Amino acid sequence: MKKTFKIKNLDCAHCALKIEEGIKAIPNVETASVSLLAEKITIVADEASFPEILAQAGKIVKKIEPECEVNFK
Amino acid sequence: MTKKQKKILARIIASAALLLLATIVKDGVFSFALFVSSYLLIGYDILIKAGKNIMSMSLLDENFLMAIATVCAFIIKEYPEASAIMLFYQIGELFQSIALGKSRKSIKELMDICPDTATVIRDGKETEVSPDEVAIGETIIIRPGEKIPLDAVVTEGFTSVDTAALTGESMPQDISVNDRIVSGTVNLSGVIKAEVKSEFSDSTVSKILELVESSTEKKSKSENFITRFAHFYTPIVVVLALLLAVVPPLLLGDSFSSSVYTAIVFLVVSCPCALVISVPLSFFGGIGAASKKGILIKGSVYLEKMSSVKNIIFDKTGTLTEGKFSVTEVHSENYSQEEMLRLASLAEAMSIHPIALSIIAYTKTEPDESRVKNLEEISGMGISASVDGRNVLVGNEKLMQRQGITYSAPNMPGTTVHVAIDSIYAGYITVSDKIKSTSKQAVKMLEDMGIGDTIMLTGDNKKTADAIGRELSISKVYSQLLPQDKVKVTEEIIEKQEKGSVTAFCGDGINDAPVLARADIGISMGAMGSDAAIEASDIVLMDDDLRKIAKAIKISKKTMRIVKQNISFSLIVKIGVLLLGALKIANIWLAVFSDVGVMVIAVLNSMRCLKD
Repeated sequence: MKKTFKIKNLDCAHCALKIEEGIKAIPNVETASVSLLAEKITIVADEASFPEILAQAGKIVKKIEPECEVNFK
Repeated sequence: MTKKQKKILARIIASAALLLLATIVKDGVFSFALFVSSYLLIGYDILIKAGKNIMSMSLLDENFLMAIATVCAFIIKEYPEASAIMLFYQIGELFQSIALGKSRKSIKELMDICPDTATVIRDGKETEVSPDEVAIGETIIIRPGEKIPLDAVVTEGFTSVDTAALTGESMPQDISVNDRIVSGTVNLSGVIKAEVKSEFSDSTVSKILELVESSTEKKSKSENFITRFAHFYTPIVVVLALLLAVVPPLLLGDSFSSSVYTAIVFLVVSCPCALVISVPLSFFGGIGAASKKGILIKGSVYLEKMSSVKNIIFDKTGTLTEGKFSVTEVHSENYSQEEMLRLASLAEAMSIHPIALSIIAYTKTEPDESRVKNLEEISGMGISASVDGRNVLVGNEKLMQRQGITYSAPNMPGTTVHVAIDSIYAGYITVSDKIKSTSKQAVKMLEDMGIGDTIMLTGDNKKTADAIGRELSISKVYSQLLPQDKVKVTEEIIEKQEKGSVTAFCGDGINDAPVLARADIGISMGAMGSDAAIEASDIVLMDDDLRKIAKAIKISKKTMRIVKQNISFSLIVKIGVLLLGALKIANIWLAVFSDVGVMVIAVLNSMRCLKD
């Protein structure tokens, strides 16, 4: 299951890399990618584990770049 | 500029002013207070982030490095340097943010093919709705100058359509009743009504946007290299900085302040910012430039691979040729040509075989079941039937041989259909596929670029295949292949190629999906309106103009050139400054300028990828 989320106010390259690696490290995440240019976060994981993953991903984004807004629906 | 950018710009100006004032004011305490306020004003957010990082033990990020470098600078009383490091770091970040915004904007403009509204006819009235509210089967109306909102088939009116936004082709297309229109193209001249054929989420325009937006997910080798490099580079430089700060004073008795100064130089250049930002930016620019030309690239990795293409394999039918058969030669014996054609085409009239269809189209025959009796299909050979009471055989050489009928050999390459009437040979009809007008030039362009081999695969007979190969100056022709043979031949070519070179396969995506998948790069064409073509391949040509392949290779080579320039330039400058720093020749100012300067130059250079 692959889901994509818009991320706003992300404008530094290291932050994008760090967010990507942070999300990849969350348990049950198969793969994740952050596109700095398309302003999108893509997460591939098992459908059932998504709620938990998104909760953690939200925390990671806030920690690395407090000004970023992601709409994890 | 965004709000965030304006805020940081204001901080930069204020902090720079305080710094300037601090250097003018000679009074010790007052001057120190100014330095501190300049420093805190520009660096407070970085210090806060660095503090948080220490709590969570993720030390080696650029915030932490900048914080350590500047705090050390304060300790050894290099106050202006402390402020300047933060100041230039923030200027670099601001510049990065502006450059990103610019790139994003130009890509968005490029992708400004998305229609905002659709005018749909409901209960006899025109209603303006969002395209995703229109259902399949509803009728939409499109006026001149409007974007076509959904994939549809014209039911009323005629017009011409500008497909440039999708294909890069400026020649408008004429459209009339029963023609397909594609979302994202622009209606130029007439009012048309059309029946919607797919929902907005499945429409061509949605698919293209989705594809371009997700193209950065499949990262190139260069991008992965940079990520790995950043993992090693920063820790190594930091460890070196630590050693340089501690070892010389302990072993050689140097002063701590001088060794810490050298360490600061190291810390300032320890961030691989220039590479981390400029390389993905280059790829995104290259992908953007290609989309503008009607070439969709599904990931940076394919843009990268495209630069080392050595072999290009083409499917023949529908790729190099139009895939539409037409009669090119008619020869009759023993009967008049008119009689031969009439009987043969009546016999063929029930068939849906492409060759039969082309004969029927040529003679403009209407099927007439009352005149055709005992129709029998002889598998792999042709048909026999009784037409107007005459025994008619229509088929290939094998059919003639089986019936013991002597036949003439055709002069022209192509597929030959022999005809016999009442067991007497009546002549033949040659049907062949026309070569696309752009194919020859496309092959020549690839040759001129120094591509190793152009190769053609076909299921056709050798004679026809060789004739087309010669006409197009294709370097290798493989004929009489079954569909599964095409995969085998492609595999052989890939196995034989030198390490590091790449084999691309170009087909129409309809029945060559296995080969498209097997090749290093699968290129499909004619994406406007064919989902199969978009799904099956790595690079998608919006229309079926093969010259776009050469264009794609050019864009890919340019992108790779810029990426390599940026990588080598950044590394050389960084390593140079590290060396000069270790030898105590480079000071903090040089380090700061080189770090930010290299980033700015690399980013500016990478933005050239967007232009073609």
